[in-house]
Amino acid sequence: MPDVTKTKTDTAVDAVAPPTEVATAPAAGPAPKEKSRSLWGDAWYDLRHRPMFWIAAVLLVLLLAIAAFPGLFTSADPRDGDLTNHFLSKPQLTHFFQADWFGYDVQGRSIYARVVYGTRASILVGVGTTVVVTLVGGTLGMLAGYFGGWIDSIISRITDIFFGLPFLLGTMVVLNAFTERKVYVVIGALAFLGWTTITRVMRSSVITAKQADYVVAARALGAGTRRILLRHVLPNALAPTIVVATIALGAYISAEATLSYLGLGLADPTVSWGVDISSAKDAIRDNPHVMLFPAGMLSLTVFAFIMLGDAVRDALDPKLR
Amino acid sequence: MGRYVIRRLLQMIPVFIGTTLLIFLMVHVLPGDPIRAMWGDKAADPAQVEALRHKFGMDKSLPMQYLDYMGNLFQGDFGETFGGRQVIDEMGEAFPVTLRLAAVALAIEMVIGIGLGAWAGLKAGKAVDTGVLIFTLIVISMPVFVLGYLARFVFADELGWLPPNVQDSTNLEQLLLPGFVLGMLSMAYVARLTRTTFAENLRADYMRTALAKGLPRRRIVGVHLLRNSLIPVVTFLGTDVGSLIGGAVVTEGIFNIQGVGNLLFKALGQREGTTIVGTVTVFVLVILLINLLVDLLYAVLDPRIRYA
Amino acid sequence: MTTIEKTASAPARQREGDDGTPLLEVRDLHVEFHTRDGVAKAVNGVNYSVHAGETLAVLGESGSGKSVTAQAIMGILDMPPGKIPQGQILFRGEDMLTMSNEERRKIRGRRIAMIFQDALSSLNPVLSVGYQLGEMFRVHQGLSKKAAKAKAIELMDRVRIPAAKERVGDYPHQFSGGMRQRIMIAMALALEPDLIIADEPTTALDVTVQAQVMDLLAELQREYNMGLILITHDLGVVADVADKIAVMYAGRIVETAPVHELYKRPAHPYTQGLLESIPRLDRKGQELYAIKGLPPNLLKIPTGCAFNPRCPKAQDICRTDVPLLEPVTEQDGTPLPGRGSACHFWKETIHG
Repeated sequence: MPDVTKTKTDTAVDAVAPPTEVATAPAAGPAPKEKSRSLWGDAWYDLRHRPMFWIAAVLLVLLLAIAAFPGLFTSADPRDGDLTNHFLSKPQLTHFFQADWFGYDVQGRSIYARVVYGTRASILVGVGTTVVVTLVGGTLGMLAGYFGGWIDSIISRITDIFFGLPFLLGTMVVLNAFTERKVYVVIGALAFLGWTTITRVMRSSVITAKQADYVVAARALGAGTRRILLRHVLPNALAPTIVVATIALGAYISAEATLSYLGLGLADPTVSWGVDISSAKDAIRDNPHVMLFPAGMLSLTVFAFIMLGDAVRDALDPKLR
Repeated sequence: MGRYVIRRLLQMIPVFIGTTLLIFLMVHVLPGDPIRAMWGDKAADPAQVEALRHKFGMDKSLPMQYLDYMGNLFQGDFGETFGGRQVIDEMGEAFPVTLRLAAVALAIEMVIGIGLGAWAGLKAGKAVDTGVLIFTLIVISMPVFVLGYLARFVFADELGWLPPNVQDSTNLEQLLLPGFVLGMLSMAYVARLTRTTFAENLRADYMRTALAKGLPRRRIVGVHLLRNSLIPVVTFLGTDVGSLIGGAVVTEGIFNIQGVGNLLFKALGQREGTTIVGTVTVFVLVILLINLLVDLLYAVLDPRIRYA
Repeated sequence: MTTIEKTASAPARQREGDDGTPLLEVRDLHVEFHTRDGVAKAVNGVNYSVHAGETLAVLGESGSGKSVTAQAIMGILDMPPGKIPQGQILFRGEDMLTMSNEERRKIRGRRIAMIFQDALSSLNPVLSVGYQLGEMFRVHQGLSKKAAKAKAIELMDRVRIPAAKERVGDYPHQFSGGMRQRIMIAMALALEPDLIIADEPTTALDVTVQAQVMDLLAELQREYNMGLILITHDLGVVADVADKIAVMYAGRIVETAPVHELYKRPAHPYTQGLLESIPRLDRKGQELYAIKGLPPNLLKIPTGCAFNPRCPKAQDICRTDVPLLEPVTEQDGTPLPGRGSACHFWKETIHG
């Protein structure tokens, strides 16, 4: 018998064992009810159990509703100023949903109405920039990551160049050239300097996904480039991109407000929080409410998007669980 | 190591040229005529406009203008402002101010950010962790200018703890409030990053080994955990310099600081291309060099990385 | 349940203070993990003991609780989610579970040391091996940095790492797998502990290196007369070095025996299955035996004997009654010292 034991058999027992040991990963125990969980299914399960996700979701639904139908939330006109009666009137905090709820600004306009109507511009800029950036940056990143070689070299160098410019500074220079700054101009400027982040994230996650065994297997089985890219690489490289894009959305809204504040973003007659905050800065000392409400709404919106991105990231990244 | 540095410096050249070209194009190709803008709404005298164009080399073709500019740049000539001052002199006055401000911001960012992040990471999943997370979320959600006004309003105007304006940029007390405002956003990111790496490394096998060696907790955290966790944080701090510079434009405006942000903002208002391109060029150079420095520091912190 | 008695083959050399009380004794230890999906019962009443100079091999699949038990002994379980609801861990007669954190810390590394499976991830990647070895002396003995470094070189020599003096400043990734494991061993050995727990010390290594590392460990154990708990799933490793074996399944010890007796006459169907699934040259050409089924889900361990769904001998009683670890005897009732089996049908298994 001793000769038998001399034969090295390190797989004998482990051949039937699951790869993870309870000691090192107690949370990775077998799933209940033998239900197999995919990355997305697992993420959804995780999301549903996060209060942060629900707070963010409710806030965002509300904000989207305000952006889409501002008329439902106030009957006051945001452009209607009455300097004689309402110049810098204080807020009436008990007058819920009334024109004077948040008080009036330096031009005698209802701050509540302006906050409500300003939502659309911010959401549009945020969502618009994110869509453009994700499409352009995502495509470039995917091409660079998947094909490598000279395509990667060119795209990566261009990314480096754009990345070298500080984001806010660059958008300031671009927007400075435009006298009439509509929403789409601001989106263009933000996207012009913002795409690099997504490109870098997408590129590295595509490179990772490309080397995964199942992609190698798909290629070995004769799947075409298109199929591999769309069916295998993209879905698996998408998670980090979505997370970064969601968080960036909040940052774009914040950037738009900052630019407007500097007088380089949206401008009258566009109703936007940034414009209001900018016009409030001289009155803030004695009338903090003029800035408080638009700034508060702005922060709340950014907060909601970043919180959503956070929750999604935590759910998609099993490493942190 | 030496060869690596040289290679990196060489690699910087195309990026530097590309970025300066980009900013040059952004300033000169985009619509809007700075010379005509000098007259505002009044009608300009065409002869005067031409003379000024010639003076600033704007009558030449764009590639020639760029080549001229770069040629002068390598001789240390950053050109002249519309007001007739040398751009390099203006920058010489403004840059030290901003660098001091950025240094204060960076210090605040590091001390508070790493401190908060480490605290939350060690207590991952507990109330402290959630508290820090929510705090950082709020900070990240607030644009710098909102934070700036709020801080100024509360700490300077209402409480009177700190001076609201900066008259002397070498006075640390005056720089504290703007530095705090400037560093706040990055501080939140540093805290979150530190928290994540702490929580992650806490579960690493070598932490278990350190525990099994019977080391006191202070040493496990202070030596084994910290050394590993700081590596990504240092990288972040390096790449973050760019956003500090962007944020300086806003912060300097709020606290009336005569730094580069202010200089740049004024130049933007006047569409004064020479100053814009000049300052941004120096920024880019600073950022590239800091990135190199961070990479080298990275190798010092992480022995697994060897540059050849 | 019974504890494993000191076997006849254990070395006679004894340390002072060893008056028959085992070095380490685990009594009715339970460990559970509270997870999102429920409570995973990783260890369900384990008993074993080790004397000075003795080697106990704990054998089992992944998830059998062998490593968790070791971590509980070391006091390095993550708590929470881990929890020890019941049991005692006696070190030289004192229950470590009731000690203060500081008392336990002083035992860790100095009196009981542990060797981990994956030396690459178990060594700190950003600290030199010299620093990590020297740390033991600096913390536990208050040596200076310089003296600790000299000790580290000495240790590296001890575990036969060539050019120790030159390599003391190197980092873990600069060593080969075998050398890294030697460094782990050196680290465990640093303060000449009474007991070493080696958790799959050779699993991550090449077969040729495995033997070298195992020999080194055995040699050092003899030299210092240490107790050794060798945790493994590899029956081959066990036979050469162990004095006695405890086979674990689903958090319980299902069989204990002096090493060679276990190989000759297993008294539990699970052990039998394990032995039969070893490839043998004399059975070349035949199909290799494999225990059917999967290890149990620790969230819901089968009722009765946990092995029953996979056991070829399972009867109704196996599905209802948990078999206790009972002494195994010869057919005529002669006791077999150190042997025990937790099977309702151990008699049929060993004598059948």
